[in-house]
Amino acid sequence: MRSARFSRGFSDYQIKMAFIMPTMILLILMNIFPLLWSLYLSFHRYKASMPNRPAKFIGVQNYARLLTDPEIWGYFQTTAYFVVLAVITQFIIGFGLALLLNREFRYKGVVTTLILLPMMLSPVVVGLFWRFIFASDASGLVNYLLSSLLSESIGWTTDPKIAMLAVVIVDTWMWSPFMMLISLAGLSAIPKYLYEAADVDRASRWFKFRWITLPLVSPLLLIALLFRTMDAFKMFDIVYVLTREGGPGTVTETVSMNLYRLAFRNYNTGKACAMAYLLLIIIVALSNIYVKQLNKVRGEA
Amino acid sequence: MKKLTCYFVMLTLALLIIAIPSTDAQEKLTIAWAQWDPANYLDELSKDFTAETGIEVDLVQISWSHFQDQVFTAFVGKSDRYDIVIGDSQWLGRNSVGGHYIDLTDWINENIDVDSIYATAMEAFAEYPKGSGKYWALPAEVDANGFLYRTDLFEAENEKAAFKEKYGYELAPPKTYAELRDIAEFFTRPPDLYGVAPWYSKEYDGITMGFQQVMWSYGGSYGDPETYKVDGHINSDDVVKALEYYKSLKAFSPPDSPNYYWAETLDAYKAGKVAMAMDYFAFFPGVVSSDQNPNYYDKTGFFVSPAGPKGHAISIGGQGMSISAYSKNQEIAKQYLKWFMQKPVQEKWAQLGGFTPHEEVLQSEVFLNATPFNRAFAASFPYLRDFWAVPEYAELLAACQTGWNQVIIGSKSAKEALDEIARKHEAIFEDAGYYD
Repeated sequence: MRSARFSRGFSDYQIKMAFIMPTMILLILMNIFPLLWSLYLSFHRYKASMPNRPAKFIGVQNYARLLTDPEIWGYFQTTAYFVVLAVITQFIIGFGLALLLNREFRYKGVVTTLILLPMMLSPVVVGLFWRFIFASDASGLVNYLLSSLLSESIGWTTDPKIAMLAVVIVDTWMWSPFMMLISLAGLSAIPKYLYEAADVDRASRWFKFRWITLPLVSPLLLIALLFRTMDAFKMFDIVYVLTREGGPGTVTETVSMNLYRLAFRNYNTGKACAMAYLLLIIIVALSNIYVKQLNKVRGEA
Repeated sequence: MKKLTCYFVMLTLALLIIAIPSTDAQEKLTIAWAQWDPANYLDELSKDFTAETGIEVDLVQISWSHFQDQVFTAFVGKSDRYDIVIGDSQWLGRNSVGGHYIDLTDWINENIDVDSIYATAMEAFAEYPKGSGKYWALPAEVDANGFLYRTDLFEAENEKAAFKEKYGYELAPPKTYAELRDIAEFFTRPPDLYGVAPWYSKEYDGITMGFQQVMWSYGGSYGDPETYKVDGHINSDDVVKALEYYKSLKAFSPPDSPNYYWAETLDAYKAGKVAMAMDYFAFFPGVVSSDQNPNYYDKTGFFVSPAGPKGHAISIGGQGMSISAYSKNQEIAKQYLKWFMQKPVQEKWAQLGGFTPHEEVLQSEVFLNATPFNRAFAASFPYLRDFWAVPEYAELLAACQTGWNQVIIGSKSAKEALDEIARKHEAIFEDAGYYD
C-alpha cells in the first residue's frame, strides 16, 4: 500500500507543505517563540545567570519600575535626540547626493559604488577606525587637520558637549549612502516625459522639483526614513565602540546600550525583556506614523 | 519525485555525519582565558602537562572586550565548551551562587596545600562568601595595579634640580598620592608631555579599578561587608576628597584621558606622552620589550601604587581557575589544577612571566630578580583589595563606572555622584534581599 502511494507521488498540498514547513518551523523557533517567551519573562523577576533561581511572577512591576525611572527616560531622550539629528542629517545629505548623481556622467558607476562603501562596512569596524580619527590629541586625523585653525584640540569622544555630535557624524557617514541609494532608485523611476512636458511649458527648475520630483519620489523617501528611524532607534554598535559604552558619563547612552547592559552585563533578564518590549512598542508606533503618512502620500500621488 | 526523495535522504545522511561528534581517543581539556601575554605563558606551560599526562590542553583566548560576555553566555546556555574558566575575582559570587562553578572546597582541602598560597590571593580568587572557607577556584594569575615611570626624566639632573626648587623635596618615584600629584604637575608640558595617565574609562571596570585604591587609601570604603549598608561609607567625606583628588589628576593627563584604561595608558606611555602611567603589572613585559616599546624599554622604572593620607590599598587584578559545572571533563580539570599548583610548576610559571600566587616562589630571589618590575609587584601584595564579589557585582560596578566617569568629565560634583552611587547600591542590595 505504502509503495503504491509512494509511486503515485505526493499531492500538490503535501509538496507545498514540505516547502513551507521548514520556514514555518524556523520562524516559530527563532522569532515567535523568543517573542512570546520574552513577553512572559518581562512579567517575572528572573536572571538568566541564576538558572537555579526560578522566575518569580511580579506582574507589571518591571514595566512600572522602568517607566518611573528618570534615568531610563534620560536614555530615551538621548536616543530620540540622536535619532532626530542623525536621520534628518542623513536624509538631507543622502537626498542631495542622489539629486547630484541622478544624471549621466563619466564614471558614474564607480562614484556611486565608492559612495556606497561605508554602508557595507561593519559598524564595529567603523566605530573603531573613527575612534582613531577622533582621537583627542594631534594623533587623531580630525584634530590634526584642525590644529592650524584651533589652539586646543577637540575632545570628540571625551567632551560631553561634543560626544553626541561625534556619534551623529559617524552614523551619518555610514548611513547617508543608504538614503542616497533609495532616493536614487526613486528618482530614476520618474518617467522622463513628465520633465519633457514641463520643459515644453517652460516650467522652472524649482517648479519641476516641487511638483514632479518630490511627489513622485516621496513614497520611497518615506520608506528610507522609516528604515533609518527604526535602525537609528536601535543604535548600539557605534556607541559601544566609539564612545566606550555610551560615555562620556551617560551622554551617548542610548536605550539599546542600556538594554545590552541590563541583559548581558547585569543579567537582569526580566527587566531587560520589559525594556525590549517598551522599545518595540515605540518603534511600532513610530513605524505606524510613517506608514500612515506613506499611504497618504501615495493617495496624493 | 523519486530523485527528490533520494536527494533528501542523501542530504539528511550528510548532515548526520557532520553532526556526529568525532570519537577522538585523546583526552582534551579546554581552558578559557582572556587574550593577553599570561595566556600565552600558560599555553607554553601546559605543554608540560600534556607531556606528563598525554592530555591535550586547548587554551581558548578570548579578546578582553568579549571575554566576560562570551564566558557568561556559554554558562547561561549550560555549554560544555569550556572545562576550566580563568575568570575575574568579581565573577566568583555570580558563578558560584548561579551554579556555574563547581564547589571545590573539599577537593582543595584534601589535595592542595592552601598554606603555600598567598592568603590574600586565596581570599580574592577562590573564596565565596569571603571568610566562609568555601572555595570555587584556585588563584592562577595574581595581578596588581602599579605604575611605570620614565627614568630618563626622573634621573635628569636639570629636572631633579628644578623639581627640588619648586616642591622642596627630591624628585623620586612617589610614595604618596600627594607626591604623585606634584610630580604629575611638574612634568605636564602640553601638548607633548603630560604628568600621568590614570584610568578614567567608563569601559567595563576601568575607572573603578583606578579610583578604588585611592578611595581606600583616603580612608573610604564601598560599604559594610557584614550589613551591606552603603550610605555613609561610599559617600563619606573621605571618598569625596579622594574623588576630588582623582579628578584633579585630569589636569595633568593627556586630553583623551577620559577614555583611558589599561591599553590606552600603555599606548600613551609608549608614545612618550606621559611621565608616569597606571597599569596592571601583567602588562609590563611589553614595556620592557625593545620590540614593543622601542623608545623607552630601557628608560622605564616601576613603583608600587602610592599610599594615601589614611592608609595604603591597591586594586587587585588577575584571575582564578574554576571548573565549569557543565564540563564533561571535571576530573581531568581537577588533575590540571593540582598539577598547576605544584611548586616546580609554579616556579616555571613565574619563570615564563606568570604572576604566581605561591608565597614561597613569590618571595624567592629568583622571582624577585626575574624582571625589573617583579620587586614592585611583590611589594604590592600586602596592600591588595578587591571590589564586591557578590552575584550583583555587575550592577554595582555599572553604577560606579557611570557615576565616577561623570565626575571626571564634569557632569556631576563628587558629592552628587557619590550620593547617587550610594542610593543605587542600596537599591541593588535591597532588591537582591540583602536587607531581609
